[in-house]
Amino acid sequence: MALALQTFATVKEANAALKSQGTRYLGGGTLVVRAANEGDVSVSSLIRSTEPSLSAITVTDGKARIGASVTMAAIGGNPDLGFLAKAARAVGGPAVRNMATVGGNLFAPAPYGDFAVALLALDATVSTHDGETPIETFLTRRDSNRAIVTSVAFALPKADGFRFLKVSRVKPKGVSLLSIAAVLELAGDGAVSSARIALGCMADRPMRAKAAEKALIGQSLTKDGIAPALAVGNEGTSPVTDPIASAWYRNEVLPVHLGRLLLT
Amino acid sequence: MAKVPVQFTLNGSEKAEFIDSGTTLLHALRDKIGDTSPKGGCHQGTCGACSVIIDGELRLSCLTLAETCNGAAITTTSGLSEGGVLHPLQHAFLDTFATQCGFCTPGMIMAAKVLLNHTPNPSRDDVVEALSGNVCRCTGYEPIIQAVLRAARANSQNAA
Ligand SMILES: Cc1cc2nc3c(=O)[nH]c(=O)nc-3n(C[C@H](O)[C@H](O)[C@H](O)COP(=O)(O)OP(=O)(O)OC[C@H]3O[C@@H](n4cnc5c(N)ncnc54)[C@H](O)[C@@H]3O)c2cc1C
Ligand code: FES
Ligand code: FES
Repeated sequence: MALALQTFATVKEANAALKSQGTRYLGGGTLVVRAANEGDVSVSSLIRSTEPSLSAITVTDGKARIGASVTMAAIGGNPDLGFLAKAARAVGGPAVRNMATVGGNLFAPAPYGDFAVALLALDATVSTHDGETPIETFLTRRDSNRAIVTSVAFALPKADGFRFLKVSRVKPKGVSLLSIAAVLELAGDGAVSSARIALGCMADRPMRAKAAEKALIGQSLTKDGIAPALAVGNEGTSPVTDPIASAWYRNEVLPVHLGRLLLT
Repeated sequence: MAKVPVQFTLNGSEKAEFIDSGTTLLHALRDKIGDTSPKGGCHQGTCGACSVIIDGELRLSCLTLAETCNGAAITTTSGLSEGGVLHPLQHAFLDTFATQCGFCTPGMIMAAKVLLNHTPNPSRDDVVEALSGNVCRCTGYEPIIQAVLRAARANSQNAA
């Protein structure tokens, strides 16, 4: 079925147009145009906005805000967001990264959504015209979301506080078997004082490994110190089974990769 | 369905067409404008055969709506040769037997062109990374990697 595209100068007008049946927002189109090419007839009209703020990156006072239309390539090349380059470059090949947006990644079903995993570990907030929502809440409600995401914002982690790992079978580009992001803070004695760990592909969307986070507090990042966290790393997971890996396999290897991430 | 106007430059020449809204750039280029160098392999973003350069960036024309390219400068592999003289990348692909059935070649050349525009002397890893979104069923990739490295050497010799 044929698609129609409607372009609006402002997010406000585009949000109004999205109220009609059969409409969907167009980010970079790597998922939504792909679905249309594959024969998805649930969408008859794509809506987009060219408002410049959607493409802006601002990093000031220890805080970053990334517009929803910013691409993975733009993040990968931004010197102020150097710590995020690895996560942005984990998404697809070079052409996909020139198209794939931050906004679209928030909606990407597993095995996609690697960048959203990073944003979840950063405890980002997601902005729409209704205001800001913590990303964890946003992700649980994303299926019923009809509002255009305008930006994501987060506090910059302390130096070396952010870690990211994507495991795939094909190098350098491959779909995720799983991905893990962590924001860790250490006390003076090297014990973990705060931890946020986000997992990709361990559910239908990015999720926090809260039991592992709790088990890390007060521990040092050594083989023995992280053992309790690894033991509970799978708590609450319900991984996808897809051509990349079975749910069973994902659960089996998660502690191995979580261990590697924590010990790097 | 209502037709919409699109206007962009393709390999340096102005193009203006009326297309159905929602038409992919791949479809517009091949079936409206008649540039068949971008290939439709998967229409899913996974093969890279449809790769083109839009305003200096590598893009997948199968997932790009033509209307979003209004005012853009688009380069395809058919625009690389000048006055019947092949581009160094095209020469290198021939010389290293990097093309067999040829279906992936225009996409590979686009990906390689963008790489060499930004990184004139790439490492082997740079080349592998740059071509990582492009699939070849014939060559086993090594001849393609060698072609890109050879084209880079040829360029730097010409520049010296
Ligand atoms: C070959 C290939 C490889 C890929 N590899 C990866 C990978 O390794 N890792 C990965 O994470 N992803 C991967 N993807 C998936 C995809 O490219 C990314 O998830 C990308 O970030 C999606 O963004 P987009 O802008 O293209 O989304 P679109 O296709 O434009 O949109 C996707 C969905 O999000 C909604 N949406 C988009 N932007 C907004 C917004 N601002 N507000 C509200 N709703 C919005 C759309 O309505 C749609 O429902 C791959 C895709 C392809 C084709
Ligand atoms: S046809 Fe576009 S990536 Fe395969
Ligand atoms: S030469 Fe046949 S697909 Fe690459």
